[in-house]
Amino acid sequence: MIELSNVHKSFGSKQILRGVDLNVARGESLVIIGGSGTGKSVTLKCVLGLIMPDQGVIKVDGEDVTQTGDRDAFLAKFGMLFQGGALFDSIPVWQNVAFRLLRGALKRPRAEAREIAIEKLRRVGLSPDVADQLPAELSGGMQKRVGLARAIAADPEIIFFDEPTTGLDPIMAGVINDLIREIVVEMGATAMTITHDMTSVRAISDTVAMLHGGKIRWSGPVAEMDSGEDPYLQQFITGSADGPIATLR
Amino acid sequence: MNFGVITRPLAVLGHASLGALAGLGRLVIFALATVRHMLTPPFYSREFISALLNVGYLSLPVVGLTAFFTGGALALQIYSGGARFSAEAVVPQIVAIGMVRELGPVLVGLMIAARVTASVAAEIATMKVTEQIDALVTLSTHPMKYLTVPRVLAGLLTVPLLVGIGDIIGIYGGWLVSTQSLGFNPASYMQNTVNFLQPIDVLSSLAKGAVFGFIATLMGCYYGMQSGRGAQGVGAATKSSVVAAAILILAANFLLTQAFFSV
Repeated sequence: MIELSNVHKSFGSKQILRGVDLNVARGESLVIIGGSGTGKSVTLKCVLGLIMPDQGVIKVDGEDVTQTGDRDAFLAKFGMLFQGGALFDSIPVWQNVAFRLLRGALKRPRAEAREIAIEKLRRVGLSPDVADQLPAELSGGMQKRVGLARAIAADPEIIFFDEPTTGLDPIMAGVINDLIREIVVEMGATAMTITHDMTSVRAISDTVAMLHGGKIRWSGPVAEMDSGEDPYLQQFITGSADGPIATLR
Repeated sequence: MNFGVITRPLAVLGHASLGALAGLGRLVIFALATVRHMLTPPFYSREFISALLNVGYLSLPVVGLTAFFTGGALALQIYSGGARFSAEAVVPQIVAIGMVRELGPVLVGLMIAARVTASVAAEIATMKVTEQIDALVTLSTHPMKYLTVPRVLAGLLTVPLLVGIGDIIGIYGGWLVSTQSLGFNPASYMQNTVNFLQPIDVLSSLAKGAVFGFIATLMGCYYGMQSGRGAQGVGAATKSSVVAAAILILAANFLLTQAFFSV
């Protein structure tokens, strides 16, 4: 469903992606792991068309993302949970969740959009009285849940999760991981997650791809990850300071 | 001979010139894109109404106070300056022309640059830094249509009104000072003011307001969208937006004055 071939991206003289090849099948949950600054977020943003690749081809449902005719229809396939939530802080929670349903091609009557928002909030474990609060009034974990509710509000075919557990305590991280897994399975959606939280990887993924040096260093089913012989992969999943991945001390 | 001594300053000058021209090009493209998006649907009416309130209604106190004190000070200055050649009687006419043609629009424009440009730039820059702009795109909403168009349109429509109100309050400030402490007759002061002003004076004032409103809000949106990362990026975007808006408003004021009143 999502195909990346030979994708390159640089910012000025800094080369981030040096030929990424990746395939995600329909209904699959792929997690991309890798150290900070290896280009995981850039990869996601390239798929969404937020960043244009310098070279290479990215296809979603066989359609080249750089040449989509109807951009709104293309983006309507996606839901995205941003690392920091990226909630719009000037509007209440329910309007954040129902944002896509209040305008554009998917516009519904206001009362119906609010009902759907409250239903999605309930699905992520938030009570209806949160709906009228402003995002700044919520804790970090609640903001993540609202972000998740917004990502699934319009029943997207593809959901992206950018560092879904960053900044959360281990219990809340576990809750978010379980929610993501449940929602992806029950919606039958294709999911791409980027994280360096190995607990998340094991909870969310069907397949894992490791990004290092601007390329996919290893990829395979999550069940084979621990037995993978790639030294970079092993260093990353064991969190060892010693190994081929250079670290600053 | 060391040619570097000659070529290095030229290279620096060349780089600076190219950078300035590229920046100007980006700004012009942004302004043209804003106008294009203003004319094509979808339109976000709730955001527009919110921008009308923020740019127009909530700026009334600062505009009113600025105009009032400026009008009062202008009356005092003209009276004391005019006394040097026995021309104290021209206070109503000069206050009127000074406020309507020049000080009203310029001071309102600068106050809008300080209040609205800064807040728009800081808000949009923060949205950019916290990925809210990216979130808008993923939610099939064009950031220019949702953020820039409502604010710029609100600036274009409400700042002329603010200038008109500022002109009236400024004249009132001059009238109050002149009648309370300079011994002018209230009725004849107003009569002189109304008789002296011509339609072109008022028209130029409102036209300046529209242009300044466009510039002030456009600069806030442009620098907000161009913001760098982190708190420093937001701070730099806010500072640059206010400086650029103030300079462009003063430059536009000169050009508009020349266009309206040059003989």
